[in-house]
Amino acid sequence: MGGYNTWTIAQARDKLKAREITSEEITLSCISAIDDADALGAFVHKTPDKAVDQARSADLLLKQGDAPSLCGIPLGIKDLFACEGIPTQAASKILNGFKPEYESTVTQNLRNAGAVTLGKVNMDEFAMGSSNETSIYGNAVNPWKFSDKALTPGGSSGGSASAVAADLCLAAIGTDTGGSIRQPAAFTGIVGIKPTYGRCSRWGIVAFASSLDQAGPMCKSVRDTAIMLEAMCGFDQKDSTSSERSVPNFEAMLTGNIKNKKIGIPREYRLDGMSPQIESLWKDGADMLRYAGAEVVDISLPHTKYALPAYYVIAPAEASSNLARYDGVRFGRRAKLNAGESITEMYERSRSEGFGNEVQRRVMIGTYVLSAGFYDAYYNRARKVRSLIKKDFEDVFAAGIDAVLTPTTPSAAFELGKLETADPVEMYLNDVFTVTVNLAGLPGISVPAGLNSEGLPLGLQLIGRPWEEGDLMNIAHTLESATGFVEKPVKWW
Amino acid sequence: MSIDRATAARVAKLARIKVDESSLDILADEFNQILGFIEQLNEVDVEGVEPMTSVSPQKLKRRVDQVCDGDQQERVLSNAPDAREGFFAVPKVVE
Repeated sequence: MGGYNTWTIAQARDKLKAREITSEEITLSCISAIDDADALGAFVHKTPDKAVDQARSADLLLKQGDAPSLCGIPLGIKDLFACEGIPTQAASKILNGFKPEYESTVTQNLRNAGAVTLGKVNMDEFAMGSSNETSIYGNAVNPWKFSDKALTPGGSSGGSASAVAADLCLAAIGTDTGGSIRQPAAFTGIVGIKPTYGRCSRWGIVAFASSLDQAGPMCKSVRDTAIMLEAMCGFDQKDSTSSERSVPNFEAMLTGNIKNKKIGIPREYRLDGMSPQIESLWKDGADMLRYAGAEVVDISLPHTKYALPAYYVIAPAEASSNLARYDGVRFGRRAKLNAGESITEMYERSRSEGFGNEVQRRVMIGTYVLSAGFYDAYYNRARKVRSLIKKDFEDVFAAGIDAVLTPTTPSAAFELGKLETADPVEMYLNDVFTVTVNLAGLPGISVPAGLNSEGLPLGLQLIGRPWEEGDLMNIAHTLESATGFVEKPVKWW
Repeated sequence: MSIDRATAARVAKLARIKVDESSLDILADEFNQILGFIEQLNEVDVEGVEPMTSVSPQKLKRRVDQVCDGDQQERVLSNAPDAREGFFAVPKVVE
């Protein structure tokens, strides 16, 4: 009995619709897997009672025969999404005990589609990090292992990635500001897509860098990401940057036909000292797409090198503004004041006690680049470079390129604790292949493509034209079929 | 450009984050590492380039300027560290 937690969304959906299984059975299977997996640090606020209630309601709908697309599918929710009455603290001490009075649009959309929510999953504090080591809850751990070393699941959506890869849920939601869905997906052998900026409403998602943040699904297959993205996205009056474009039936676009599609291989992504394994995986991916009928051509994205430095101006600048709201007044944690301490001391101590080191560092860098005298030299210059990076992509799309193929990350998952001695810039290099996509507002998807010599998963990234997620997922689906990646981590937890 | 102790202290003050005297040198070092990395942007020719304001070309939507929500005092205050008589309470700000 059991084992339903290992199913994909598509599998579960079909069996639920055929009345061969109930949502309650699948949900209980996930709950027991979650309770058995505390060593992974993936689920940080469990809501099993709520999940079972939701599953029973879903079963009623299924019985009546008018079930929506995700009816009865149990999911993990990144701690960045506000869920009414459920602790939501962006893995930060400063939001200790915060229980939103409202529901984020994305989680509401998922609930409207019938999804069951199992609880909140781990992440880097305020989504700032690439290894899930800046979380107040402690590390999330990768279910994949190499010679007994505990590895990072990546970040910032590390809990989502760990939970999906370890089959604690059928899928999870993450957010991606510089690679936070795609890098952890690659590190854990799952699929993750960041849609076009504006596809998903940001309302109710704890803000990091508003011009870059997007929510997206993290799943066991490309088909699942198509099903889930369609349910998550759409216009929302509460987010003025959300798009009014109609949402297509993404799943119906997974035809497997990529004849005459033009795939670009950007030469600037071939880094000095890149691991030969990643290089050969990339080449194999290009060959597979070619055999499937696509035309593969070399392209140039000349400003790639400047994406990371531009990002590390723009994202902290926006963060310093967004995080100004954590002042110990309206919500969140206030420092205990001594007699005679003023309101300024209350702000300063609440923020220094409540924010972790990386968050403090980024807020201060953001403050600096926005301060009088430096605004033009740093912030405006970075925004100009961002325009150039976007233009790089516009130029190749105008020349007929349908999608760009790159590695997702410069390495496989690394050991937890490895970054402790590294300088901040070294950590930032994890995002080198993913961050361009956020700066240009494009959709990007990571697909597991193989294992390295240590038996750890590696991912390939496909970058698509704006609003063409359907087309992009079709190409990703073709790549997924061609790589035939089916490996799962060996259970040790 | 190099950030010294005094600048680090000023930035911390602007960001309203208390930093101990003893941590200022380390903080200044970290700032310099990050800013050193960012300096690469100076290599780019940005002559005549518009700074990006919106990544997707769309106009922000407008709505009629009218009250569409309200009367939720209890819920608004429910997460406050200190709320009294329907207000947020803070230490005294005027002498």
